[in-house]
Parts: sequence; structure tokens; C-alpha cells
Amino acid sequence: MVARISSRMMLEVLYKDLAARRAGAGCVVKVCMGNGCLAAGAEDVFHAFSLEVDRQGVEAKVIPTGCQGYCQGAPIVTIEPRSLFLNKVMAFDVAKVVDIVVKRGGELIQHFYRNPDTGTICRYAGEMPFFQHQVKIALRNLGQINPMDIEDYISIGGYLALSRALTEMTPEEVIAEVKKSGLRGRGGAGFPTGVKWESARRVKGDRKFVICNGDEGDPGAFMDASLMEGDPHAVIEGMIICAYAVGDCREGYIYVREEYPLAVKRLGIALEQAREYGFLGRNILGTGFDFDIQLKKGAGAFVCGESTTLMISIEGKRPSPRVTPPRSVEQGLWGLPTCLNNVETFANIPAIVLNGGEWYAQYGTETSKGTKAFCITGKVKNTGLIEVPMGMTLRRVVYDVGGGILEDGKFKAVQTGGPSGGCIPETHVETPVDFESLTRLGSMMGSGGMVVVDEKNCMVEFARFFLSFTQQESCGKCPPCRIGTYEMLQILDRIVAGQGQEGDIERLEELGRMIKKTSLCGLGQSAPNPVLSTICYFRAEYEAHIRNRGCPARACTTLGAYVIGPDCILCGLCRHSCPYGAVIERRDGFFIENALCKRCGTCLAVCPTGCIRVEPELQEEAVNT
Amino acid sequence: MTSVAERAQEIVSNYKGKEGVLIHVLQDIQGEFGYLPEEAVRVVSEELGISLAEIYGVASFYSRFYFVPRGKTIVRVCRGTACHVRGSGRVLGKLEEGLGLKSGETSPDLKFTLETVNCVGCCALAPVVVVNEKPQTVLNPDKVIATLKRSGNGGQD
Repeated sequence: MVARISSRMMLEVLYKDLAARRAGAGCVVKVCMGNGCLAAGAEDVFHAFSLEVDRQGVEAKVIPTGCQGYCQGAPIVTIEPRSLFLNKVMAFDVAKVVDIVVKRGGELIQHFYRNPDTGTICRYAGEMPFFQHQVKIALRNLGQINPMDIEDYISIGGYLALSRALTEMTPEEVIAEVKKSGLRGRGGAGFPTGVKWESARRVKGDRKFVICNGDEGDPGAFMDASLMEGDPHAVIEGMIICAYAVGDCREGYIYVREEYPLAVKRLGIALEQAREYGFLGRNILGTGFDFDIQLKKGAGAFVCGESTTLMISIEGKRPSPRVTPPRSVEQGLWGLPTCLNNVETFANIPAIVLNGGEWYAQYGTETSKGTKAFCITGKVKNTGLIEVPMGMTLRRVVYDVGGGILEDGKFKAVQTGGPSGGCIPETHVETPVDFESLTRLGSMMGSGGMVVVDEKNCMVEFARFFLSFTQQESCGKCPPCRIGTYEMLQILDRIVAGQGQEGDIERLEELGRMIKKTSLCGLGQSAPNPVLSTICYFRAEYEAHIRNRGCPARACTTLGAYVIGPDCILCGLCRHSCPYGAVIERRDGFFIENALCKRCGTCLAVCPTGCIRVEPELQEEAVNT
Repeated sequence: MTSVAERAQEIVSNYKGKEGVLIHVLQDIQGEFGYLPEEAVRVVSEELGISLAEIYGVASFYSRFYFVPRGKTIVRVCRGTACHVRGSGRVLGKLEEGLGLKSGETSPDLKFTLETVNCVGCCALAPVVVVNEKPQTVLNPDKVIATLKRSGNGGQD
């Protein structure tokens, strides 16, 4: 048990001691315990390593770490000091790994990543193309440290930025440094962080708040979750620095989604440790500065990610957004000045304070500085958590980092920004990823989800999926969002079910524009984006659904004609299972009678070879409905 | 006083006099009972001085507060984008069929609750099903159903 750290001196002595101990630690087995790896069984792997190391009597330390990024290879294990990066280590592999790799210093080739293009084996993370193009700033400590051990964080320079800010810099200097870095809000809207802090500082008031928005509701994005789970102290340190810069701020809140129980748990542990070591509470590092953070857990409402709604939720009231201005830096939580930032924004702050704003600004483009974490998922080979400099083209993100499309399919679009963003088609694949370029294409940066879609995904259905999500999550306060999204969803449901009408596309566009213009909060203002952007780039697909009653991607199974292909093996399962008797046996095989078929999809599910296809009903005219 | 009300009283007493605690109190009550029993909510209303209407107004807004008892094993099918693109709709359909429940329903013997969740952050391993807070990748929905039925407690192999 270490006593409260009450001065900068004490912290630096402790840091030197811990860093030296870290350098001479010998063999360390780092088991990735990110959300992805846990789903693949990392917990069992961790226990197996702990047991096995004891059983074989090897000198090695086994620690859990945050997400190491390459979720495709889950569960991931890194073995120091050789930095060997092992993929797909299951619990039953552990005895072998400990024996060969840890004890005898050998290698296990089957656990290394093999570059599919060149066939070379990558022993270290740095050799993998997936990591070569990345620059890690916000995610710098993920996979390096044990998130549940504050000493591990201090040993790699944690809380040094805080001590520097508190003892060497005035609040104005901190703000100037953040402004110089060009850091913009990583929650999606991209408001310059330094400017926000400055206006929060300027507002008069003797009680101000700092809030960390960890309500990462965008489906398809998990970087904030990974940060809160894998490096909670960086987020906490960023918040303390923010509170110092804003001034008159003694209370902070972290609002976390209910769906992230692991983040809640690890943040709770981290807060407890930070208090114990004296980074939170009264008289932090002996400078007379007081600050503490409370953890608030959401209860499953997407709209709570909107800043004004989040504050109302913290107050314990029924959450719905309010009209801005007044902005929350003037009147936020309980009507008092509040500075709210995203998890990733806060995680960047310690690095900026330590290395300077100019260092951060060397990455990125003219208007979007620094790096951005993304979750690349969907139909790509290398799914996972990445961080790339702003301005990298989508092609490089998808092909160089993501490794290209799964099963060598054809790249169709990439969806950014979750339900508030849009789809960017293949023709715009050379677009640089920054705030302005994505907005210009009708999408947005969002919190950083990137879902890659291939030709087998239907864009109409995809747009409908997002809209049904936002429609469900609409809080119901303002009519454009409540009624408008419902109307749009009705039209899309109709189109997907094969009952689209001429003029539906135009109606969707008109409604979409209206909802965007008149909604109260960001949820409504961006809800039509997925529909509008898919209409813009994939209008032909909408037309095919309406006019030809067919889905070009063959994903919508409720319209079109079911046809049995020549690869049928004559098993007869479809005839057996069809509830409408539409599958007819003929001398030369099976045949689906279109007039009887209700397109229920039963035969598709039972067919062992997948030879039943859904073809567009080309002959039918669209107008006669 | 019944045991539910007593327990609720204990939970509320930890929070008395603090600001903005309603959601915390409700979460703790749900953690204790698995749902929000009316008796407990009445206690909260009296103790915190918030009207029942207001409490239900808050609680019913969120998708993670429940007003009826729930199953012992809670199966949540992730319907996030990445899972959707990789076929979580089919997984949900199979589970609905296999467990004989629609999404959002609880079996009458209180063994299973089937529901959907918007994203659990395991997008890289999509499609994902969360069984009692433990996410797992689903390659074969039939296998999940079989394990669920066999063990009846957690569904892990």
C-alpha cells in the first residue's frame, strides 16, 4: 500500500522506481481482455496462463490488458520481452505456449499472423500491415498495461501530464496548448476542444462541472468502450486536467452506457485507485486543487448520448433534449456551467500536455488535426480497433489496414458515423477521412464506427435498419423526429416488402430534408442521413425494388421470385418444409410455383446447398399496384 | 412491511439527501429483484418525495428497466450494425424459433428471456449473442439453443 502522493516530487520518484521495475520485469504474458477477446474466451485463457505458469514453474508475470486492436485474431496474447504477438490462443493451447515460448524461448508458428499477400509470417505486431499504417495516440496504452493497476499506468508515464499541468502551467497555458493541438471533439460533431474549454473558463460561476460522455450508443462502434476498459486512467487524467483548465470545477461525472458492464467495473476500480493515490479528492498533488469524479450508469437510451439529454439523465429526470442555446458551457448540468467531452477526447489530453500541441498537430490535415480511432467491422478481413492519422484515404483504411474485403467479395460501400452517418460508395473511396470531407459526402465522422459492406448487402434494407433504430430511439419530444422518422420507416418497410410505389423515393427525400432542418437535437437532425446518402449513391437499387420487385443484392427475401438453381441436389427438403405447397416435384427436379409462393423464406433456411435464389420479377410493371 | 419493501427501504437509505439519484436507486432495485416491483417503487416514491408518475415516466423511458419478472437466463441478441451486416437477423429468428419466444418475451417458467440489444461493443466478432452478460460469437445458432436447453444456466459449454 502506497501512501497518498502529495507532491510532484513523490510522483516522480515513484515513476522512476516503477519504470525501472517495468524495464527489468522479465517475461510478461499480456492477455488481451478487451470485449472482443473476452467473447472469444480470453478469460479462460488468462486463468489457464496463471495456472500453467505456476505448474511449470516458469518465472513470468501474467497480466490482463485492454484491447490490443486485432480483434480478428482473438484471443490475442503478447509475450514480452520478445514482443511476440500470438493470435487465436485458446485455453487448450496454453500449456504448449508456456512450455515452448515462455520456458524454452521457442516460437509457435501456427499462432503468428501470416500475411495473405506475401505469405510471410509476422512475429511482431509491428510487422503486420494492420498495425504498420496506424499511429496510436489516444489508444497508446491499450495492450501495454493492466487497466486495473494504477502502478502500471504510472510506470509508463501516467499522471505525469497532470503533475506538469498543475505545477508548471496556468489554466490558460493548458487551454492554449490544447488549442494549438487543433484537437476537435471526438464524439462526432468535431467542435474544437480548446475553444470549448476556453468558453467554459470564461463563464462566471463558482460551481462548474466536467462530464465525460461515455454513452457510446452508435451500433458498430466500440472505441470508447475499449478506452474505458483498457486505459481508464488516461480518461480520468484528461478529465482532471480539463477541470483544472476550466477552473472553479470540483465535480466531474463519467456517464457510461449500461451495455458496457466491463467499462463500468474497470472505471470504478480506476477511480478508487486514483482516490487512494491522491489524484482525486482534496488537495491533489499538494497544489490545493480539489476534484472528484462520480460514475453514472445509463439505462439503455441512445438519445442520452446527446449532450443536453445526458445532463438531464444525470439529474435523474426523464431525459429529452432541450433547445440550445444556451449552450451547456453556460447552462448545463443543474443549470450550471458544464464542460462535456467525449472519452477519446479526454484520452488524448495527457499526451498533448506532455508532448505539446505542436507535436499532436503534426498529424492529420489542415482542418482536422491528429489521429482518430475507428472500429473497422463488417465485411473486412481484419476487423478491430484502429487509430489512423486524419486524412488517410478510405481506400487505405479498408484495404491496407482492413486487409480488403472478406472472401474477396466486391467492395460496395463503407458506412461511417453509425445511424447518424451515411454510406460512402466505392466511387468515393479515395476520399480522405476527416471531418469536412465526410460531411461533404452526406456522411459524418461520428464517433468512429466504420462498417464495410459488400455486394451481398442490400442498401435499401441497410438504410431501413438504421432508420428503424433511430425511430425506436427517438425520444418523442419534437414532431419532425417522432412522426417524420415513422413515416419514412413506413415507406421503407413497404419498399423492402415489394410494395413500393412510384414517387416513394421523392417522398423519402422530401421528408428527410424536412426532418433534418426542423428537428430539435442531433438525433433527429442526422436520422435521415443513412437514407438520403443511400438514395444519393444507390438510387438504382431503390428503383429496382420498386419497379422490378427485385433486390439486386438478393438480400431482401420478401420480394422477387424464388427460383431453384441448377446446383440442386434433389434432396426434397424444400418441398417438405414449404407451408404453402409451392414447391412442386417434376420429372426433371423441383420447381417453385410463383403464384403459390408467399416468400416466407422457409425453403431458403432449409436448403443445404443454398441453391434457391431470389430473382427480380422483371416482367412485372411497377405502376399497377 | 413485506420483505420487498424493507429491502427497497435499505437501498434508498444509502442515497438519501444526494442529488440526481433516482436512476441509481432504480438500478440497484432492479439489481436486487431483477425487475422493478411496484411495492418497491412505491417505497422509492415516498422516501425520495418523487411522485409515482414521475418515477414511471423516467423508468419507462429507458429500455433497460423492466416491470415484470424476468427469466433466469437472459439471452440478448446483438442487433448492432456490424452484427446486422453479418446476419444477426437470422440468428434472432433461429433463437426465437428454438426457444419458442418472441424478442422481448420471457418463458412462463421464468427460465429464459430473449431480447435484443443495440450494440455490445464486440463488433469485430459479429454476430454476437450475450448470455447472462457474457458475450459470445455465434457461428451456429442451433448449437447455442442446444447448450441453452441442456444447461439451462448460462448456456456456456
